[in-house]
Amino acid sequence: MQAAEALLVLVAFALAAPVTAGADPGAERERELVALVRQDCGSCHGMTLKGGLGPALTPEALRDKPADSLTLTILNGRPGTAMPPWRPFVSEAEAAWIVEQLQRGLRDGAH
Amino acid sequence: MGRTERTLIASAALVLCGCASLGAQGTDDLGVVIERATGSVQVVDQAKRASLARIEGLGDLSHAAIVYSRDARYAYVFGRDGGLSKIDIAARKTVARTVQAGNSIGGAISKDGRLVAVANYEPGGVKIFDAATLELLSEIPSTYGTAGKRAKVVGIADAPGGKFVFSLFEADEIWVADVADPRHPVVRKFGNVGREPYDALITPDGRYYIAGLFGEDGLALLDMQNLDAGPRRILEGYGRGGERLPVYKMPHLRGWAIAGDYAFLPAIGKHAVLVVNRHSWKEVAEIPVQGQPVFVMARPDGRQVWVNFAYPRNSVVQVIDVAALKLVESLEPGKTVLHMEFTARGDEVWISARDSNRVVVYDTSDFRKLAELPAQSPSGIFFTWRARRIGL
Ligand code: HEC
Repeated sequence: MQAAEALLVLVAFALAAPVTAGADPGAERERELVALVRQDCGSCHGMTLKGGLGPALTPEALRDKPADSLTLTILNGRPGTAMPPWRPFVSEAEAAWIVEQLQRGLRDGAH
Repeated sequence: MGRTERTLIASAALVLCGCASLGAQGTDDLGVVIERATGSVQVVDQAKRASLARIEGLGDLSHAAIVYSRDARYAYVFGRDGGLSKIDIAARKTVARTVQAGNSIGGAISKDGRLVAVANYEPGGVKIFDAATLELLSEIPSTYGTAGKRAKVVGIADAPGGKFVFSLFEADEIWVADVADPRHPVVRKFGNVGREPYDALITPDGRYYIAGLFGEDGLALLDMQNLDAGPRRILEGYGRGGERLPVYKMPHLRGWAIAGDYAFLPAIGKHAVLVVNRHSWKEVAEIPVQGQPVFVMARPDGRQVWVNFAYPRNSVVQVIDVAALKLVESLEPGKTVLHMEFTARGDEVWISARDSNRVVVYDTSDFRKLAELPAQSPSGIFFTWRARRIGL
């Protein structure tokens, strides 16, 4: 599992330029992404992101994890686990932006 | 009636009825709608198709479930944050509340109505409470293997004979707890039931406990009248040959998926509803649907099965005709449909559309829309007839 993931990371680095760190998706899309994270990621990670079937995605939980590999987890999912790939719905830049928000603490007015 | 007019009437109803509690009305026509984002619930009237009151302060209800006391006066609300609240739906207020774990998924009530059991993710296990006072009576940690880890507990149900039955996600186990002495539960454990049971149901007669498996194609079946036989696999390899599609939301098995000779179950990683003969437990058919099914629920008379779906195809509800084993209707009640609840005899169905902030009521005979009720991010809808049903 871990080896497979490391490989994925390597492959991704080789194939694509390293994922751009959190380029601004624009205000409208940012709102959509925050809603996506709260609601649809929330169905497994909890709406407050403190965990559910999937682990907590709070700043404390993610602080020491490399952003690039988290970004790839979002894009590709983790085969063999319940974490699905979100590549059909978010771009690489958007996934990187989500990771940045998660590591900093998701802010929104919706709560 | 125009939309604004209706909203107005509904809000007027909220104001007027907020104080008109404890009248002569029984609770049989009432129900509770969860408002997941605001930690509140609405008490609703099925006959009037109206909201009667809102109760707030129930914590994180982003995943919430409810069971009812035997007299259907009290609703026990299980919140995501481990909150367990007891609501008096006649008086429309919270009468007891405890935060009993860090993260929980649901619960069950015993046949005699005296015990409430909660299934927890964190710390993993089951806690048993006195239903009258919410006093903690005992705890069953879901410790498995040799490393002392605790599994997430899913699919808890009450079973005949004073038992609770539940599954352990990471441990691939099903446990049956005899709570005749609720301070000292006696647990019987079954291992190797199949990879990653994610939710379960007990058949309406209380006989069979069925756990869905996330980690493999198949389900685990336990005959509660013959525990010695242990669980066995059914529908093994139902997805074989086909590509496994990503699952963006876990299906829920609890509900009425039994209709006539069949049980209807959501496939995992396949856009299909599985139909299985409930005597032989062999597959009868696979009905293609438009997305990953989440709830597959039979109308109480067993003639229709209604299905809602996971992200991203979650704004559509499809209806299967049981006699024909075919889809007969697709409806779009609003954005992001999370739950459906039939009235006791199935003449109407209430559907929550989270991102449209409304609950829509349909006539199930002709699929006519009968009413719309405003609600904030509504999710689960629970009517009081559940008080008298095994496994709910
Ligand atoms: C169907 C359930 C499910 C959904 C929906 C889901 N996840 Fe996950 N996610 C998981 C599981 C389970 C894991 C743990 C995988 C493992 O065991 O390695 C996980 C892991 C992760 C991780 C890695 C965490 C870590 O500590 O390494 C991140 C980041 C993540 N998910 C982000 C997301 C985001 C963002 C979304 C929404 C766009 C999302 N997830 C939606 C189930 C889900």
